[in-house]
Amino acid sequence: MGYTFAEKALARAAGLPLVAAGQIVDARPDVILSHDNTAPIYETFKKLGISRVKNPEKLAITLDHAVPAPTTKHAQNHAEVRAFVAEQGVSHFFEAGRGICHQVLSEEGVILPGELILGADSHTTHYGWFGAFGAGIGRSEVAALWATGELWLRVPESMKVVVTGAWNPGVTAKDFCLKLIGDLGVDGGIYMSIEFHGEAIESLSLDSRAVIPNMMAEFGAKTAYLPPTPAVLEYMGKRARRPFTPLYPDPDAHYDAVHHYDAGQIEPMVACPDSPDNVKPLSQVAGTPIQQAFLGTCTNGRIEDLAAAAAVIKGRKVAPGTRLLVIPASSLILNEALRLGYIQTLLEAGAMLGVPGCGPCMGNHMGIPAPHEVTISTANRNFKGRMGTTEAPLYLSNPAVVAASAVTGVITDPKTL
Amino acid sequence: MIFSGRVWKYGDNVNTDVIFPGKYTYTVSDPNQMAKYALEDIDPTFAKSVQPGDIVVGGSNWGNGSSREQAVTCLVMAGVRVLIAKSIARIYFRNAVNGGLLPVVCPEAVEAIQPGEVITVDSEHYRVRCAAGEFSFPALSPSLKAILEAGGLIPMLKAKLANSAQK
Repeated sequence: MGYTFAEKALARAAGLPLVAAGQIVDARPDVILSHDNTAPIYETFKKLGISRVKNPEKLAITLDHAVPAPTTKHAQNHAEVRAFVAEQGVSHFFEAGRGICHQVLSEEGVILPGELILGADSHTTHYGWFGAFGAGIGRSEVAALWATGELWLRVPESMKVVVTGAWNPGVTAKDFCLKLIGDLGVDGGIYMSIEFHGEAIESLSLDSRAVIPNMMAEFGAKTAYLPPTPAVLEYMGKRARRPFTPLYPDPDAHYDAVHHYDAGQIEPMVACPDSPDNVKPLSQVAGTPIQQAFLGTCTNGRIEDLAAAAAVIKGRKVAPGTRLLVIPASSLILNEALRLGYIQTLLEAGAMLGVPGCGPCMGNHMGIPAPHEVTISTANRNFKGRMGTTEAPLYLSNPAVVAASAVTGVITDPKTL
Repeated sequence: MIFSGRVWKYGDNVNTDVIFPGKYTYTVSDPNQMAKYALEDIDPTFAKSVQPGDIVVGGSNWGNGSSREQAVTCLVMAGVRVLIAKSIARIYFRNAVNGGLLPVVCPEAVEAIQPGEVITVDSEHYRVRCAAGEFSFPALSPSLKAILEAGGLIPMLKAKLANSAQK
């Protein structure tokens, strides 16, 4: 019997020759992630009665959840994070405006294929796009990792999702994720490592690959994994500052569940209020009035997403009574989008542009809807109250649908424009 | 330990945004203040009338969504010591153990428990007792039990680090 990706990755991180699903191991992550929550984590760390972080070279910290600081209280929080970074000599610190943690750490090669990253952020599953084991943990656990460098992890059972065939035009990795979560529920992958295989997965662009493990936080997954392709290894190889070894599951590894999808059968999907598994085909919700369209987040704020939105919106205008908010996931993406003319296209159509970061995704600032205003967003999560008020319904879709909806003021299939 | 308390019962997929809304994550940093916002977006009556010792009961996938630990802290600061659910989202489960909130996964008990009734949870013998009967739940692994018994991850680690410094 062979081993899954999760078994191989956690055996490596625990320094053991072999581990099996169900086993609890003491794992040593290669990278420990935190963001604006670093300051409260430091408060917890101080309670341990020690003063120095054990492995400051393993810490990666971004300011992204509320940037630039919307209030004095947020600014104070950022100041405390900067003071901590200076005091402890943290190696990987990224200032406000650099972008969202998961995008920035990918661009900077801070974490590499086959490695383990644990982060105080539920979307730490993201790093599976290049074959790293990423899992979200709590703030106290990050404080514990700063002190000891290791943390208990249960080796998860694995689910294999095989996607064959070819994607139809206008159908994206986001639509596939919404379809999967809609089919199996927000607890469909609870506690599990979700592996994605098949030619339709291999055919995805690097930007599209990142959508899938990111969205698996909404599936209950512990981690998610796409086998690294030569293009992925080339991208990470250019950024790596240490050697790395990609991991691949054995062909005879054990999977608790296997699901098959034909990419050609998937159509554009929309998650309706108030859950990422309340999913309907776009055709069934088209025509729903919206007041705000939000293009951004760690799920869909990359160059490919801005390109798709710009292509839809070129030569058109945002509908009266509707706002289009664009927030690139990182400063590199913003720069590239400027160079390629996407930002100009979006601004000429009447879009607002925000500073790279999480924006209004979790209700902090910069685009909070009023009660009863409807938002369609490229984000990963549409829980009740997510964007600040329980009275504002949230829909989730791919970027082209968000852009088309901004143009018409109702949820719209771009093909019908 | 034996826990006895009044039940607050909720449904499936109660997520961290309704337990502790994201808009408070960088504005409410004092744990003592967090209890005021507990379950605000699913049950505004909870924070006003919860009593120390009350027990929260949920359906499947309790605490899915964000990794925010405040979604555990706000319940603990409100005096809740036990959470019973059909299943618990993985980060929430970790946060519960690390925050000193006993996580009980027991679908049969959840079906039987009525809102508002007083129930008993025996963490030594892994049993839940309610008006409809008695139900057993799976034992926690020794390492998780040790964290809970120490009052959470940070108190446990503090004692361990102090101990190794003495040696």
